[in-house]
Amino acid sequence: MTVRDAIRTRGLPLPLPMRDNEPFHDAARHGELVFQRCAACATFRHYPRPICPACLSRDHTWERSTGRGTVWTWTVVRGPTLPAFEAKLPYNVVDVLMDEGVHFVSEVLDCPPGEIRAGMPVEAVFVPASAEITLVKFRRVRA
Amino acid sequence: MSQATIRDKAAIVGIGQTPFSRSLARSEYDMALEAILAACADAGISPRDVDGTVRYDMETTDEENLLAALGNPCLRYFVSSAWGGGGSASVIVLAAAAIAAGMASTVLVYRSRARGKESAYGKGAHLGGRYWERLDTALPGLNSWHVPHGLVGAFQEMAMIAMRHRIEYGTTDDHYAEVAVTFRAHAARNPHAVMRTPMTIADHHASRMISDPLRLLDCCIETDGAVALLVTSSERARDLRQRPAYVLAGAMGGGGHHIRLSTLYERTRRDDGAPRAARQLWAMAGAGPEDVDVAFFYDFFTPLVIMALEDYGFAQPGEGGPFVERGGLAWPDGRLVCNTNGGQLSEAFIHGFNNTAEAVRQIRGTSTAQVGGCEIAFVAGGNTDPTGAVLLRR
Repeated sequence: MTVRDAIRTRGLPLPLPMRDNEPFHDAARHGELVFQRCAACATFRHYPRPICPACLSRDHTWERSTGRGTVWTWTVVRGPTLPAFEAKLPYNVVDVLMDEGVHFVSEVLDCPPGEIRAGMPVEAVFVPASAEITLVKFRRVRA
Repeated sequence: MSQATIRDKAAIVGIGQTPFSRSLARSEYDMALEAILAACADAGISPRDVDGTVRYDMETTDEENLLAALGNPCLRYFVSSAWGGGGSASVIVLAAAAIAAGMASTVLVYRSRARGKESAYGKGAHLGGRYWERLDTALPGLNSWHVPHGLVGAFQEMAMIAMRHRIEYGTTDDHYAEVAVTFRAHAARNPHAVMRTPMTIADHHASRMISDPLRLLDCCIETDGAVALLVTSSERARDLRQRPAYVLAGAMGGGGHHIRLSTLYERTRRDDGAPRAARQLWAMAGAGPEDVDVAFFYDFFTPLVIMALEDYGFAQPGEGGPFVERGGLAWPDGRLVCNTNGGQLSEAFIHGFNNTAEAVRQIRGTSTAQVGGCEIAFVAGGNTDPTGAVLLRR
């Protein structure tokens, strides 16, 4: 075994919830996608952060997203990648522009690599990955 | 009274580098020191007279390592530039700022990387090899928002940024190939380049897709090697052994970072790091893109060169692709001759610093693809990071 083999990350990398984003992960575990929203100017934001970039207010609420958005940009990963993702190669990763105006990076589960398109409507689905972490993924919204 | 700036205050007077290779089987510390001694010898300055250092923040050879190896020179200024390759030109800005402010007189700037596939030698994120292969499985920071979905490394993040440029502007595979083929042709003239076999557009298109829209030949190579540059005051530079490359202007620009895709698209591109650096740079120089004789873009991936042409005003937004067509970046008579060493796509990937060394050679008149009458060279750091750029002049 080479040094490189010995140091490669084998397990599935998952978020480690921190003070600023714990409510997001708690909600995901219960099947809800939530974003921070400024209590002063009503602007949504993601990733979670302590103040509103639009008005600098520290007051915010966590609000449930419609879970819907459209694909803003995407890639199809064909390798190399980490061992934990090798079995599902090739797979897509998308940046979704949510109804709330925030961007969210995830994966569209039911979409073959050749069918991903910018502007494609998608909706959130919830995939438990551990006792603590549920990942927010997406599926296509069919007309 | 004129406004205080770093304009024309400092000059690059020494270049040093190791061989570049897929594998040198050496430590980053060892390679850094070889490059540093070579830069000092090139300038005719003793390493013991160095009183300032600037490094990339992820550089593993730190100030204490240097003091221990170089016999404890009297360091009085030592800083690092954040954001990896985004800071590859900012390190020169920081050196020039130290000299302009009188904080140091002889500033060493360096980068050493053991990143060949077999060069990993530790568990730390930046101890050789590919950083993304040793990510934590419990991610506390910004990586927690995309790595769990399989977006594990810079090449995949850049793919998504490049894809958006295609969606907006119709940038094509042929545009990407122009960049790769042109820089390979430059590398073929450079005996230090790792990749010197000629490449055709068909070769590019036939290379395997890594992460759509990036093919293998759209990606920089991973190599071992180090580069060091020595910076001093413009007054002192005139009396040294080499023709000085004066730092005409330099600027940094805060902005988005490629691992922060969720916030990258919160701002307009005009308010991202590279366009911000560009506005300051041209204002300080009293010059514009039309005055540049040779340019060095941070060519980690071909589409990012196309985007940087737009960010720095060499092309209008969306016109970077057409700009590179028909040898637009090619030595000797392209619209804008770029990356004459072969860049990071074909010479070596020393985090952009090999491009800066080549910019100095262009000013000296010693490049293997020398631009005739080269007066002004432009160098930019990675444009999908908080970044910076410098203009060097003869």
